[in-house]
Amino acid sequence: MLIQDIMKTDVITLNSTHTIADAVQLMKEKRIRHIPIVKDGQIEGLVTDRDVKEASPSSISKRLEPSLYETTLDKIMKTDLLIGHPRDFAEEAALMFYTYEIGCLPIVSNYQLVGILTKTDLLYNYIELTGANQPSSHIQIRVPNTPGILYEASKVFHEHNTNVLSVLVYPYQDNEEYKILAIRIKRMNPLPIIEGLKKQGFEVLWPSEPEMGV
Amino acid sequence: MKKQASFIFSPDQLNYEFSDTHPFNQKRIILTKDLLDEMNTIEPHEIVIPRTATDEELLLAHDAKYIEIVKKASTGNVSENIGSIYGIGTEDTPFFTGMHEASALLVGGTLTAIEEVMEGRSRYALNLGGGLHHGFQGKASGFCIYNDSSVAIKYLQQKYGARVLYVDTDAHHGDGVQWTFYDDPNVCTFSIHETGRYLFPGTGNVTERGNGAGYGTSFNFPIDAFTEDESFLHIYKTALREVAEHFKPDVILTQNGADAHYFDPLTHLYGTMKIYEEIPKLAKDIAEEFCDGRWIAIGGGGYDIWRVVPRAWSHLWLTMKDIPTPTGRLPEAWLNKWQPESPVSLIETWEDPEDLYEPVPRKYDINEKNEQMLTRALHVIRKS
Repeated sequence: MLIQDIMKTDVITLNSTHTIADAVQLMKEKRIRHIPIVKDGQIEGLVTDRDVKEASPSSISKRLEPSLYETTLDKIMKTDLLIGHPRDFAEEAALMFYTYEIGCLPIVSNYQLVGILTKTDLLYNYIELTGANQPSSHIQIRVPNTPGILYEASKVFHEHNTNVLSVLVYPYQDNEEYKILAIRIKRMNPLPIIEGLKKQGFEVLWPSEPEMGV
Repeated sequence: MKKQASFIFSPDQLNYEFSDTHPFNQKRIILTKDLLDEMNTIEPHEIVIPRTATDEELLLAHDAKYIEIVKKASTGNVSENIGSIYGIGTEDTPFFTGMHEASALLVGGTLTAIEEVMEGRSRYALNLGGGLHHGFQGKASGFCIYNDSSVAIKYLQQKYGARVLYVDTDAHHGDGVQWTFYDDPNVCTFSIHETGRYLFPGTGNVTERGNGAGYGTSFNFPIDAFTEDESFLHIYKTALREVAEHFKPDVILTQNGADAHYFDPLTHLYGTMKIYEEIPKLAKDIAEEFCDGRWIAIGGGGYDIWRVVPRAWSHLWLTMKDIPTPTGRLPEAWLNKWQPESPVSLIETWEDPEDLYEPVPRKYDINEKNEQMLTRALHVIRKS
């Protein structure tokens, strides 16, 4: 999946001659935390809610200095930016968010700002990938960590004419011998499939009895 | 003279039948009615024959193209490939002959119930054939073809200008109804269900609160698997009262899936008959307090049709009729009539046995999580 498929393209921006007061108001109004600073469509810098707070007078201090709000954004914006390309992979963006502890990534192509990707966008994209936003049931099975096991398991879904929305494969605790398959299926009644999986020798972790509750 | 309650019923409601082995089995309506008849609680004049919903009425909540496909499928003229685009001809919601007519009759039954109440012929009305809450505007889902609740709520709005509170106690999230009215500030959807972490349809999170003008009129109370009576009822009672006080409805429509019971094969909640005694009582109290009594109750899920649904659904009618909650043995005639046909031993008393299930090991955690969920869900109306 590419960044261009999940980024926001209607980016809310300001110029470097706007003031902190402008940024505060825009963040409040649009409920955003990152404002790219642009000139002729090109990104010059980025102002985050943290930059704004650091430059604003303390709300508990008596010494209010309203003039500080008139400071232009070029004085506080970050210019040493990490940027992404629309054709980068979503996984690469995720890795950048994690590695550099950033909250948003401006997306630049042909020197122009074409979009923005935030941590929240990425998280929602992950929810969609798990299939959790469509009517479905969730089954978890523990399988031996051997080649071909996914094929064996998927045969059961095929036999029951069942549409699979997503499959996640992940390690089973610290045990190398097993893996967990978490499968979302477009079925309200998963009972025939669970029976089919058990008949094929698969260990169904969920649905389960409460003693074994996952 | 105004009736206390109307019982919407026709044997034709049983025509909504996918196959002999499908878990959705409308025979539960007969089993319930027979139990109530053995108790001599239904007067002949209280039975009202359901009408069929017209195409215009179905169009209130469904796409024309979808209705057309269901009609074609009804006579066997839709391929599996085309059907699956519309959610029919699938393992969950297979084709069957006459599926359009059978589905439209269930919708019509709920409309009949609404007319009984809104036109003053009856104080309350019950349509056990309704409650198909997974049906979408252009798609069948989870055993549901047409969504009688969605059509009925639109009908309540258009014909009677009513503000509707929809209360869904089925163990599955009432997704079809929620999404139909997600943007509508004049319909409040309330659903308490097993969390969608594993169970179908997976939605019904606390964070689903409505959209745009409808923000704040969608309430979800997802409870953990293995939740027992006490926690279920605490959530239901606290939430329903606060939501009703906040929303101030003109009429209440309750969907009464009976699949939150320990015996239900499709879900993982640990309810007993106690919750089905209490659910209708509070619904009636709320209707009396806020809606001058206007309360329409419909059926829903419920897949242990022998041991659970007949007793659970009987409490709806008995509550409507102000008949005290029965205790002790069920009528012998009913037990003798149905036990031979039942694949399981019937529960012979109104109450479930005390030792229905082994104690739940994580009970404390489950109750604590549910309590936190309740606080999060009601946060938006408590602070104002």
